Amino acid sequence: MALLKIRNLTVRFATSTGSFTAVDGIDTEVDRGEVLAIVGESGSGKSVSMLAVMGLLPDTATITADEMSYDGHDLLHMTKAERRQLIGREITMIFQEPIASLNPSFTVGFQIEEVLRLNLGMSRRDAHARALELFRQVGIPLPEEKLTSYPHQMSGGQCQRVMIAMAIASKPRLLIADEPTTALDVTIQKQILDLLMDLQEEYGMALILITHDMGVVAETADRVVVQYQGKKMEEADVLSLFEAPKHPYTRALLSALPENATGDRLPTVSDFFGEAVR
Amino acid sequence: MSVVLEGRNITQDYHIGGGLFGASKTVQALKGVSFSVEKGKTLAIVGESGSGKSTLARIIALIDAPSGGDLLIEGQPVNIALKRPDPVLRSKVQMVFQNPYGSLNPRQKIGSVLMEPLVINRPAIAAEERRALAEAMLVRVGLGPEHFNRFPHMFSGGQRQRIAIARALMLNPSLLVLDEPVSALDLSVQAQVLNLLADLQEEFGLTYVFVSHDLSVVRYIADDVMVISQGLAVEQGKREAVFANPTDAYTRQLFAATPVTDVEAIRARVAKRQAAREAAGAPR
Repeated sequence: MALLKIRNLTVRFATSTGSFTAVDGIDTEVDRGEVLAIVGESGSGKSVSMLAVMGLLPDTATITADEMSYDGHDLLHMTKAERRQLIGREITMIFQEPIASLNPSFTVGFQIEEVLRLNLGMSRRDAHARALELFRQVGIPLPEEKLTSYPHQMSGGQCQRVMIAMAIASKPRLLIADEPTTALDVTIQKQILDLLMDLQEEYGMALILITHDMGVVAETADRVVVQYQGKKMEEADVLSLFEAPKHPYTRALLSALPENATGDRLPTVSDFFGEAVR
Repeated sequence: MSVVLEGRNITQDYHIGGGLFGASKTVQALKGVSFSVEKGKTLAIVGESGSGKSTLARIIALIDAPSGGDLLIEGQPVNIALKRPDPVLRSKVQMVFQNPYGSLNPRQKIGSVLMEPLVINRPAIAAEERRALAEAMLVRVGLGPEHFNRFPHMFSGGQRQRIAIARALMLNPSLLVLDEPVSALDLSVQAQVLNLLADLQEEFGLTYVFVSHDLSVVRYIADDVMVISQGLAVEQGKREAVFANPTDAYTRQLFAATPVTDVEAIRARVAKRQAAREAAGAPR
């Protein structure tokens, strides 16, 4: 049975110029222990669909779906109290800007211990010990010292490790990572992706990786969903997607990668889209 | 081929702190970098954050004066610490910045953005001709004369970067410094802007200094590559040579960290993952 199941999810935003459909009838499933990559460019609705799962969208958003369930729990008609039992414990999320995700006024140690105390009901002492253990696990150098550091005293890669430590603190069964390495240098990106994949295997958790980077997809995913303008274009296991992309948009994305350039010019999306999408 | 840009042993020190009681500290952002670029070619400067690549870009674009070393543009030594660049020199070197949202004034219409360099550096050009030149440049970068009176917020990121490129080209520069010009753009838009840059280079015989952290973009656009790390050029050479046979350990590390979309690599990874799963006896 699928861990997360979404059928016909639509998200509309009320704007001053009328209703705007950000996600348009998306179906997705994630199995236990699976790594699903959702790829798309800006405006493809890849983040919005996952924020809908997390219940993090603003009030201007209207969410409709035939089904949106996590492990048998109906996420659509859940009370706030029920949602709090899941979000932050069973399902956790990390975001693109690690430095912006942390509160600059508190030490990172305080912030991770707060998560442990409030979400898992730990005592101060237990929370401190567990925070130290988590910092070691995500590979933060000098963990004891770093617990008393403020976010601005750490690099972007280290802040992302802190965010990952917070996200895995409750041993979640589903981790949603929204562009976790986009703001980082390539060598740091490699370390963070390796860490995420190691943790994913160790905990057997499902991982949804939202990204725009085909290289990241190639190095992490089991299965891939390609989104464009709120619609799902293609879904395939990672090997078939790169070997034989079916949808013109996927082909366009792959050939727009400079490393795949064959001639003098890079093909652009318009070279591939005849009437296919419009 | 004539050399458009040459740098000899350029250094840049930043002095930090030194408040009322604290001792000041000197950070060596560039520790002596030398390079040269021929006319019509592209030099790519590659490095991670903190490597000094943007510091070097600002020196080449005549925004900052270096602490030491010589900068030569079309064979002439340039030192902006001694003498402010005159309009002739300023016209030769132009820059395009990374963030097309931050580099355009939100209250300035596109037409005015494009005409401003002419007003300052070519005051002899009449207003009508200025407007004609700006409209022609809009068309050249793939926009249209109808965009002349619009404001930056009415454009997408890719269109804004086209505007920034158009503005940089208004003075017919010989050298364009591009600081991460496509890293804020989506992949498909990135491809369009890279194509535009390649076309413009051919048409106007432009020389590019292309600063980037993205090795796949560099491999596509560069003629020469310089890899910098901690203020030092750790690897310099022709693109083919650097990519085929990197000699420096840091360059190799950078290449190894860059994700590849090679099908065989994916096949190997998927097989390894499946084997690990079966070994662990995970139900799947």
